[in-house]
Amino acid sequence: MTARTASLWQFRQPSVIPGFGLALGVTLSWLILIILIPLSGLAWRSSALGWSTFWALATDQRTINALRISFGTAFAAALINVVFGVILAWVLVRYRFPGKRIIDAMVDLPFALPTAVAGIALTTLYAPNGWIGSLLSPLGIKIAFTPIGIVFALVFVGLPFVVRTVQPIMEEIDKEVEEAAATLGANRFQTISRVLLPGLAPAVLTGFALAFARGVGEYGSVIFIAGNLPYVSEIAPLLIVIRLEEFNYPAATAIAAVMLIISFAMLLIINMIQAWSRRRYGYGA
Amino acid sequence: MEVRVQNIRKEFSRFPALNDVSLDIRSGELIALLGPSGSGKTTLLRLIAGLESPTEGTVYFGNEDASRKTVQERNIGFVFQHYALFRHMTVLDNVSFGLTIRPSGRRPAKAEIRKRALELLDLVQLSGLEKRYPAQLSGGQRQRVALARAMAVEPNVLLLDEPFGALDAQVRKELRRWLREIHDRTGHTTVFVTHDQDEALELADRVVVMSKGKIEQIGTPDEIYDTPNSPFVFGFIGQSNILPVRVENGQLWIKDHSIGVSAQGEADGPAQLYFRPHDIELLEGNGGCIAGIVTVTRRVAGTRHVELDIGGANSRVEIELPPEKVTADHSRVAFRPTRWKLFRD
Repeated sequence: MTARTASLWQFRQPSVIPGFGLALGVTLSWLILIILIPLSGLAWRSSALGWSTFWALATDQRTINALRISFGTAFAAALINVVFGVILAWVLVRYRFPGKRIIDAMVDLPFALPTAVAGIALTTLYAPNGWIGSLLSPLGIKIAFTPIGIVFALVFVGLPFVVRTVQPIMEEIDKEVEEAAATLGANRFQTISRVLLPGLAPAVLTGFALAFARGVGEYGSVIFIAGNLPYVSEIAPLLIVIRLEEFNYPAATAIAAVMLIISFAMLLIINMIQAWSRRRYGYGA
Repeated sequence: MEVRVQNIRKEFSRFPALNDVSLDIRSGELIALLGPSGSGKTTLLRLIAGLESPTEGTVYFGNEDASRKTVQERNIGFVFQHYALFRHMTVLDNVSFGLTIRPSGRRPAKAEIRKRALELLDLVQLSGLEKRYPAQLSGGQRQRVALARAMAVEPNVLLLDEPFGALDAQVRKELRRWLREIHDRTGHTTVFVTHDQDEALELADRVVVMSKGKIEQIGTPDEIYDTPNSPFVFGFIGQSNILPVRVENGQLWIKDHSIGVSAQGEADGPAQLYFRPHDIELLEGNGGCIAGIVTVTRRVAGTRHVELDIGGANSRVEIELPPEKVTADHSRVAFRPTRWKLFRD
């Protein structure tokens, strides 16, 4: 009987790797302290609002527009980053050229640079009287102070996420797989489009998710270039700050809660797609 | 299809990997390239495939010069040691790949491609696994998928680079027999690279023994094993003993006594005597034999391996005896090689 209860309650499997209990304990405490407590505070504050108040605040037109702009621009920026990030990673992995190390190091700059600096620099360039903006404005193209400007800023901050997740997987691509495709008659284009890129899909998806998540939460670089016109180019994080400055805590909480729910749902879906593709292709199995 | 390699030379950054190699492969033949690592056997295979280009020399497919053709144009089937399957594709998609990427003019209809892929999977005994992904297969199964994929394009020649190298002994043996069967049934001209002599001797119609970028000997497994034409081949294939001897008046001498082996027609002088551990006869008495003291005996499967110390430098000899012949350590054993070969420096 004792053996049976033991096996029923045995949560951990006997393992040669020691320290499971300790490691899990530390992990959970850390997660609770850093992520769970602040977020549950948010959930608790918004639940105190009551459903009808919350709904009214969340469906306010300005809030909805801000959320749409935040998620829309983050999505667009992540898509652009996937395309150019994969090309950039490909160049860095596949070719040897002078200055390669410098370019490789430059990719990380958006990680390190204060995002406000990036925002100000981009605004200076793309404002109607800036270097690039002054060339585009006669053509009727406005970048700064529109959602397009927001996308530009988010492309800047999100690029390293895609490059740095795709690059190591790309480095692992077996030369033999390419050779196998060639012996079967595949030309270069077919090898890349049908063999190499699909194999990278899980990594690309991870990079996309990271760049997207970063874009949704980005504040510093965006507020300078966005122009922050309500209903047009005002992002949700900024609206939260505006509500806070108005001491309108319920509204700020409601927007934050909606952002949290949408972000969590999207990341969960992406994670599930990843788990599925990983299982199929045998990555990490 | 017949494949001819003519005076091929290949250098990797000034280091010659292949040096003036010529080889005729007959249509429908199963041929093994055998050699230690660094002998150039894989380079030769990759040159035939077009995955490398020769520094000098020509490769002919039939009467056509294939040297200037790209890999894609050569229409070969290549099987890699580590399978190189496309892991995001199902088994069926892997096998169909070579057909689906053809330009529309030469591409069979979808149903036809599927039918052919399924037939091939049946041939490699993987029916029912077509929806699996490579990660869900065992090593032996993956290699069979790789073979089916290579055969799907109806290649001029099938090239296999250490196809069983990554598999464990049991599976290796099984696949070896099975590859022979497939070859006999389909009749593809097949070249495979191996460093495993058992594999080469058991499987191939002809064996090409290579060393240091050169072909040492080409022949049937019997020829290679029974009449090796160089010390390298003798030493590399099977077990062998090497003894320094002297030829005098058509007799072989070790130091001051004759070993009772006549070598008519051999010029007088020093030589190296090569013989296999099992090509011996046991003798009684003292004259006309090689005698030694037993140092170690080992039972290996159906035979008993006996190591003898015959005195003097370079004097360890291993012979094979029937298992019922028990020899005590330090006892004296006398024998004479029945089949042997002399090489001179």
